[in-house]
Amino acid sequence: MKDLALRALDAVARGGVTYADVRAIETREREVTTKNGKAGHVSGAESQGIGIRVLAFGCWGFAATDDLSKDGIESAATLALEIARAGTAAKKADVALAPEDKYQATWVSPCAIDPFSIPVDSNLAVLLAVDQEVRRNSAISLAEANMHFERRRQVFASTLGSLIDQTRTSSGAGFSALCYKDGEIQKRSYPNSFGGQYQLKGYELVEQLDLLRHAPRIAEEAVALHSADQCPEGEFDLILDSSQLGLQIHESIGHPIELDRVLGTEANYAGMSFLTLDQLRHLRYGSEIVNVVCDARLEHGPGLGTFAFDDEGVPAQQTDIIRFGRFTGYMTSRETAAAVGETRSNGCMRADGWARLPLIRMTNVSLKPGRQSLDEVFGADHAIYMETNRSWSIDDKRYNFQFGCEIAWEMRGGKRIRMLKNPSYSGISTEFWNACAAIAGPQHWTLWGVPNCGKGQPEQVMGTGHGASPARFRKIKVGGAYGG
Amino acid sequence: MEAEEIFNQVVAAAQALGVTEVEAILGGAEQALTRFANNAIHQNVAERTTHLSVRAAIEGRTARASTNRLDAASIRAVVERAIAITRLTEPDAELLPLAEPAEYRSVARWSAPTAHSTPQERAEAVAAAIHVVEAAGQTAAGIYSTDDTQFTLMNSRGVRAQYRETMARFSITAMASDSSGWAKASACDLRDVDPLGLALSASRKAAQSAAPRELPPGRYTVILEPAAVLDLAGQMFGDFSATAVRDGRSFLNDRIGRKIFGENITIHDDVSHPLQSGAPFDGEGVPRRGLTLVEGGVVRDIAYSRQAAAHAGVEPTGHGFPLPNEYGETPANIVIAGGDTPVEQMVASTDRGILVTRFWYIREVDPYEKIFTGMTRDGTFLVEGGRVTAGVRNFRFNQGLMEMLSNVEALSPAVRASGEETFDMVVPAMKVRGFNFTEVTRF
Repeated sequence: MKDLALRALDAVARGGVTYADVRAIETREREVTTKNGKAGHVSGAESQGIGIRVLAFGCWGFAATDDLSKDGIESAATLALEIARAGTAAKKADVALAPEDKYQATWVSPCAIDPFSIPVDSNLAVLLAVDQEVRRNSAISLAEANMHFERRRQVFASTLGSLIDQTRTSSGAGFSALCYKDGEIQKRSYPNSFGGQYQLKGYELVEQLDLLRHAPRIAEEAVALHSADQCPEGEFDLILDSSQLGLQIHESIGHPIELDRVLGTEANYAGMSFLTLDQLRHLRYGSEIVNVVCDARLEHGPGLGTFAFDDEGVPAQQTDIIRFGRFTGYMTSRETAAAVGETRSNGCMRADGWARLPLIRMTNVSLKPGRQSLDEVFGADHAIYMETNRSWSIDDKRYNFQFGCEIAWEMRGGKRIRMLKNPSYSGISTEFWNACAAIAGPQHWTLWGVPNCGKGQPEQVMGTGHGASPARFRKIKVGGAYGG
Repeated sequence: MEAEEIFNQVVAAAQALGVTEVEAILGGAEQALTRFANNAIHQNVAERTTHLSVRAAIEGRTARASTNRLDAASIRAVVERAIAITRLTEPDAELLPLAEPAEYRSVARWSAPTAHSTPQERAEAVAAAIHVVEAAGQTAAGIYSTDDTQFTLMNSRGVRAQYRETMARFSITAMASDSSGWAKASACDLRDVDPLGLALSASRKAAQSAAPRELPPGRYTVILEPAAVLDLAGQMFGDFSATAVRDGRSFLNDRIGRKIFGENITIHDDVSHPLQSGAPFDGEGVPRRGLTLVEGGVVRDIAYSRQAAAHAGVEPTGHGFPLPNEYGETPANIVIAGGDTPVEQMVASTDRGILVTRFWYIREVDPYEKIFTGMTRDGTFLVEGGRVTAGVRNFRFNQGLMEMLSNVEALSPAVRASGEETFDMVVPAMKVRGFNFTEVTRF
């Protein structure tokens, strides 16, 4: 791998470039799913290739190939240069990069149990046991369970002289129970919807999730939702579980702080951001108790956004995004850092594989735990508590959002008084975070993984991390999804 | 290396392990994309990829392994992995033997100018489009991409299904100080894509929607341009699946044969339509049949994979995904029948309404009532007295598809539409009464 990266770097550097970097990557994946007592998707995949990024003639060029022969690499290097030259047809200014040191490093993410050492039939046995437990409830129409494992080794080499060898192992698992009856579909998922929980861990994650123990409750709730009351429409105090709050952070803080969006380079697809440059260090983003960081360091936890170096060779860092409610920082790259007066990137460039260009992506964007106990968070006179995302939508500047959850309860004096179905809430990002009234402490904080964040053209799918504790928000608009 | 030669190696490796039922999908692609923003090219990429995916079938068990390495050792290794995984799975009494050979319709969807497009040609077209927008005092962002993809599906029973396609896409957003406009098109032949025309359209929309007014949320008559129809109506076709109905996760669970849309809604799945793209066979090599999904508002056909068809006692329709999978099948070549009312005439006949260029971030709110939420974006206009009078701030909608497609007052001729929320389809623009906007955003 190192030889491959260095050969490719040599091939492109010979062409005369201002800067170049190469990522040689090999990936191994396993996906196992079950559905209603049978194996669903069972597959293993391996992939190897290189991505060559050059800065020449003041423009970027990028070419990727899985033809790793001498000719294949030469051909990709030549194409990357040709592409950079073509960019001069529509160039406004030469690309300039913030300085960065060179690094020689090897880093392997912690992994207690190699997930690829566990046989597929053992994976299936675990999932089928969960499936059986879910379907023990005869009202369940569809039980689905899944596991996903990935190991990616990446060797990064750049003309700065960096040579960085990183291996990251991630795992994910979860299950869901769907109940269709009387012209209505209701669904519950554990530990989260859309595939469950994902972290930078080995098979130990699956053991920690204890899927089987939760199967009866999840099935029972999916069925009970059919006889629950419809979530009312109106303004309520809102309590969110940490998984839903993780997605709320992702959509209404994580994406708006991507500096490339702010600068317009994602305008045609993902959109821009309400966080224009004049808002930095001025905007009251949230209430005094809202503190958010972007942190790729292992000290933050085993998130999908945890690494040692980003994909342009910048070390993992922690950046304050919101301090005591004030907006204090963006996610940057070597190309964009200067736009906010920084002399160095804060290390947020990531690509979803060897075939794609690094972009500014979320690492782990997390709400720091608060000081309240869980009783204090749930202690409002009257509130609605929602759990587990069902749908999410936000405008292209990340102002107006609407989320639906799988289940909710009306709360009085900290007690659940009735279950509610089809809950939703909506608002404007800054108004929502300024309404934050209570955040539970560190013992209730979970680092959630979002494995499917889309961005870029061609689209890239990235895993991001979001830590959160349950929190309460004042006077939020609830129930609008079924309104009108 | 030829596909047949690689498949022979796959078969030999499988036979060495005592396995005779094996399927392989061998594919490759060359994709290039020139991306621009702030009136300059800023990301400019190309990728060459290879893919060999092998599925073994052993006594009711099946599993798949894939690689992008095509040397003899890697081919042998991927076959061994596929077989090893397969042997560890549980048998499925419903798993069918591999598909038998079949005849496929011929579709011509490869063009040499698209396949051979150079970075310089794309850059020049982008520069010209940027010039149009910049000359109007606006800022352009977008993409121009060209792809050449091919794959061959082969199995040990003799299936040999080959497909090659080129695709060109041009998309542009023109931005003014408080407004924006958007246009996009795709075609198998880049000569059918007009970057300058799209740039002009986006620029006009940005200019016309300047100084947007804020209107209250509520029920409005809307004129949905084809991309808006595509991205919203296109969300429902995964439910026209026998497996989805069997699982109870389709909104058609008890609605097949029932009238759920207006009489003016007829929808086909037609792989041979001249504006369509995609292979004339499915993930097992079954020829795609034409389907009448909706006729006069009544749900008629749904798609059946081989396994779903066997379970239901009908013929497969050729819409199955590669096995193994949990989703079964889906229609893939949607054609919503159009009418004869151009968008201009829809506007002229509207006393008060909203003209929508595109929707964004569409997500399902209710799976059975088929309610979706999302936002308008990049060109939302107020129509008053039969003409466009102003841009308006973007709305959030929460809209049921059955209600929407029961309230269609007029349809334009159908065109190939390209959006960002689902795959390309052939759809008309629609004038719809009582569309449910529930909130307004800040721009």
